[in-house]
Amino acid sequence: MNYLKEFTKGLLKENPVFVLLLGMCSTLAVSNSLSNALGMGAAFTIVLVLSNMVISSIRKIVPNDIRIPVFIVVMAGFVTMIDLLIKAYFPALNESLGIFIPLIVVNCILLGRAEAFASKNGILASLFDGLGMGVGYTLALSTLAIIREVIGAGTILGYPLFGPNYQPALIMILPPGAFITLGCVLAFLNKMQEKKAS
Amino acid sequence: MKEILILILSAIFVNNIVVTQFLGICPFLGVSKRVESAIGMGAAVTFVLGLASAISWLVQRYILDPFGIGYLQTIAFILVIAALVQFVEMVVRKFSPSLYNALGVYLPLITTNCIVLGVAIINIDKGYNILFSIANGVANALGFTLALVLFAGIRERLDFANVPKCFKGIPIALVTAGLMSIAFMGFAGLL
Repeated sequence: MNYLKEFTKGLLKENPVFVLLLGMCSTLAVSNSLSNALGMGAAFTIVLVLSNMVISSIRKIVPNDIRIPVFIVVMAGFVTMIDLLIKAYFPALNESLGIFIPLIVVNCILLGRAEAFASKNGILASLFDGLGMGVGYTLALSTLAIIREVIGAGTILGYPLFGPNYQPALIMILPPGAFITLGCVLAFLNKMQEKKAS
Repeated sequence: MKEILILILSAIFVNNIVVTQFLGICPFLGVSKRVESAIGMGAAVTFVLGLASAISWLVQRYILDPFGIGYLQTIAFILVIAALVQFVEMVVRKFSPSLYNALGVYLPLITTNCIVLGVAIINIDKGYNILFSIANGVANALGFTLALVLFAGIRERLDFANVPKCFKGIPIALVTAGLMSIAFMGFAGLL
């Protein structure tokens, strides 16, 4: 029961992107199409779950002073694995995500979860925490990607939605669209929060 | 010479690292409330990125390549950068207390700044030589500083603007960044 709570908190209440505002770089960069967002989300979730579990299992033998370098090496190891796997089996995804796969290692969510959760909790709890945060990150990424892809290209996962006469607002899949979409989504969530409170 | 100039101009204006490539968004949103802190952060990043570009290039060329362990690139670079930032912090504290007071608080933040790792990897991917790598590193850092300082100037004024309540803070900052990004797209035909 407790594990379920660790899982669900990452989805909405402590969503890493929309609530904690972590991991902005990759969120903005790869949310230009839904397939990119799902690929990035999956890669990120795998790295987060594995590194959370390993960090949780070594938490008692790592001296406190050097814990951050140790955590970073663990993460960098898993990121390298995912990077090589994607290069070998999904070259098209590798092409479109490019530098943002190795950059998972400096994603603040990873180090944030290691510090705040995995270094203090058991292996199973850390697994569910990582899974919840990873899925929450993927959800946030997909929300942005759906908005941007539908408006900016008129397609979803590459399938056209509106017929041949639709004029896509190209700006939405270009960099400015990322900033504006995220800003509007955050404002919308604030508005909902306000309504709920009053 | 001409190639380097084009590389520098394109890194600062045309392919600005923050508003068109989305690297370093965290400090861009976090340290952009005041112009002075934006300048401090920009200077610290410029200093570290110039050094990191040179050292990561040397590590790749003389350690990773000869031993055929290129797949350790991510691990090697992140360790080099973390160690470099620590080292720079110690040297600056020892030799120039005034510079340390100006940059000190920003230095530790740089380790997790994706610009440094990102540019180090881009330098290798594009096959730059050491001179181009350093030029690319410094130019990208200057582009980061430019975007950060401009953005801080806008945000100082935004504090007094009458924005809708739900847009206050980060949402309006993001929309502003989007408009700035549109402005930077105007440089696209420059080169």
